[in-house]
Amino acid sequence: MKYETDLPVMLPLKRHQSAPFPGLKSKHILAVALIAIIGPCVAFAQAPSGQESPLTVLLNWAPLLLKGFIFNLIISISAMAFGTAIGAILGLGQISLIAATRHSSWFVTQFFRNAPWLVLLFFAMFLLPFEINVLGFKIPFPDWLKAILGLSLPVMANVSEIVRGAVRSLPSGQWEAAESLAYTRMQTLWLIILPQCVKRMLPPWMNLYSILTMATVLASIVGVSEVMTLTGQALASEGGRPELLAPFYGFVLLLFFIYCYPIARFTVWLEKKYAVIN
Amino acid sequence: MEMVYEWFRTLYQETGINLPFLYDEYDRNRMIDGLFTTIKLSLVCLFFSIIIGVIGAWLQGSSFKWTRRFVSVYIQLFRNTPPLVQLYFFYFAIGTLLPRVENDWGGQSPIFGSFAWAAISLSFFAGAFNVEIFRSGIEAVPKSTVEAAEALGFSKLQIYRDITLPLAFRVVLPALNNNLVNLVKTTTLAYAIAVPEMLYEANQIWSDNVNVTEMMVFLLLAYFVLVGILVSGMNRWERAMKIPGYG
Amino acid sequence: MSWTTADPMVSLKDVHKSFGELKVLNGVSLDVMKGDVICIIGPSGSGKSTLIRCINALNDIQQGSILVEGQEVNDPKVDKLELRKKVGMVFQQYNLFPHKTALQNVMMAPVRVLKQDKVKVEEVARALIKKVRLEGKENAYPGELSGGQQQRVAIARSLAMQPDVILFDEVTAALDPETVGEVLQTIKDLAEDGMTCILVTHEMAFAREVADHIYFTDRGVIVEHGPPETFFQNAQDPRTKEFLSQIL
Repeated sequence: MKYETDLPVMLPLKRHQSAPFPGLKSKHILAVALIAIIGPCVAFAQAPSGQESPLTVLLNWAPLLLKGFIFNLIISISAMAFGTAIGAILGLGQISLIAATRHSSWFVTQFFRNAPWLVLLFFAMFLLPFEINVLGFKIPFPDWLKAILGLSLPVMANVSEIVRGAVRSLPSGQWEAAESLAYTRMQTLWLIILPQCVKRMLPPWMNLYSILTMATVLASIVGVSEVMTLTGQALASEGGRPELLAPFYGFVLLLFFIYCYPIARFTVWLEKKYAVIN
Repeated sequence: MEMVYEWFRTLYQETGINLPFLYDEYDRNRMIDGLFTTIKLSLVCLFFSIIIGVIGAWLQGSSFKWTRRFVSVYIQLFRNTPPLVQLYFFYFAIGTLLPRVENDWGGQSPIFGSFAWAAISLSFFAGAFNVEIFRSGIEAVPKSTVEAAEALGFSKLQIYRDITLPLAFRVVLPALNNNLVNLVKTTTLAYAIAVPEMLYEANQIWSDNVNVTEMMVFLLLAYFVLVGILVSGMNRWERAMKIPGYG
Repeated sequence: MSWTTADPMVSLKDVHKSFGELKVLNGVSLDVMKGDVICIIGPSGSGKSTLIRCINALNDIQQGSILVEGQEVNDPKVDKLELRKKVGMVFQQYNLFPHKTALQNVMMAPVRVLKQDKVKVEEVARALIKKVRLEGKENAYPGELSGGQQQRVAIARSLAMQPDVILFDEVTAALDPETVGEVLQTIKDLAEDGMTCILVTHEMAFAREVADHIYFTDRGVIVEHGPPETFFQNAQDPRTKEFLSQIL
């Protein structure tokens, strides 16, 4: 995400990097986050006498919740792979010379980009069959697979836009130079344009992955047993003690933070690095 | 209008395509309420997230190291954790800790209802993005322009209000609009704590009428149109705010 | 001790200023009487711009004293609003507010800062725009004006505060050669009206024509000064001579 401005009186708008923890190193921020999330939980979570302390309860459940979180990561990686594959094709469709392909790819992209992720997830959940018949074999279609498909729809649309944006951001001189060297359009695309685009696409693509990972908890709303669902079940089986709520939800927040914050830092680092090269 | 309603009733009877919110008054009102709740939630969050953004950007420029750190930690926490879990955390974890108040019929009810918590949670979520957006806008205003205002005797506050903010606002408008579109899409999360917004009402209707397919398609179209109107309105606004002579 | 017009309007005494390790002003003293037009010349990096920015308190100083109409600028308690009402400033890069029209640029400070009546301010502002020969451009935005036109709006904007003295910081340095003349003419008009002006400039011919007194600075000190005739004909210091031989 780079914003440009045409105002000569205005300085070039550089995105305020999400890095500036003045004087804080990455490892410090994790500690700060831990304190910020766990701190208030512990403070509020004084157990009534005769019951296990909330922290003990949380520790008992932690292994299960971690397993659930790993399932979230599996969903995110699968949806990312799937969405990227289709999205790349759709993105190339958006720069096709055939008007019909271009327009339909554009429409599909816009349609799925404008739709809320949760609605697309519902869409996949309710409209996909629970099993499909292929040559007489019944292939079951479990909820988690539907969730992966549902989440890969918005990923697809966003990847499509990333591809289009990256190709469009290359100076037209690159196309002209290749053309003057008698490359075909396909050759130009694969040998000249796309290799240059990869660098430009990587930061927004990573950013998208981070967003997708955080969106995997939406699957809990449609009943996939990932970390959020398990948290809800754990809380219920502890008898709905209100003082457990903050530590448990705080724990889930922390899991995601530990996973997504380094990705965000890495993305910023990549952006800076490529900004220098370009 | 009656004719249109009747036409959809006939459509259902003839083809089985069931769109009850078009011919049934009760369902229609539910759907309209849902639409208005979505719009209302978006507007409330927009308002507060911009306020959070402006204050946060101002605090980030402060000379106190710890206020800057505090804002940075806020941004990172809200940007790198799932908004749904944030919403649960606010609604369940914090909501149950707050004292309860007596309601109209003598019972006890929480101070904030689900709508209020959704508004609070989503405002903080969108606000974290706005802080960085505003910060980059403020940094894009050249120091020399601010200096010129200073030389004319403007006070710090006047410079911020009359020069820095209006200029920064114009530069960040595209990014801000992008964030607003995301905000509208994110309001669907309020479904999870039973705020009767569009997705929630649609869910109610398909539970009653067993017409998931029709409602799903309608929902997708509805959001497509809603976001489409928003985007084109924003583009128009961006053009209107353009400073003549530049770009 | 109250200030009278017989005293210097701007008086610098032994002003020292450094940016960190870098010493920019090394004991500068000069007096400017009411109605004087003085030009400060010198090689780039000699501290000319810093010098006049200090008069307007845009830069602070470490040592010495700057009096504007008898009021000490180098004092944390100084009323900057009062000071800036007296001292106008025009910048090299014009620094107009890009989101306001020419007229609004001129009107903004009197309305916002001095809380003057909008209708009256508009009358004055239109007259000022006419004075800088930009009639018809009232509603143009800075981006729609040439550099020279923008600079003249900036001069009008500064005049609208009715300052007693105006500082010009290399106001023609960023302009296209063909628009330099119109801006210099505007300044000349002002000088003839009796406005006290302090200019930092590279336009030697212009300095010679309008200035009452010329100061030559190098490495943070005033090397030589005098009325233009003697200064340009009879420079004494080798540094001045070298500079003049390069530039003339």
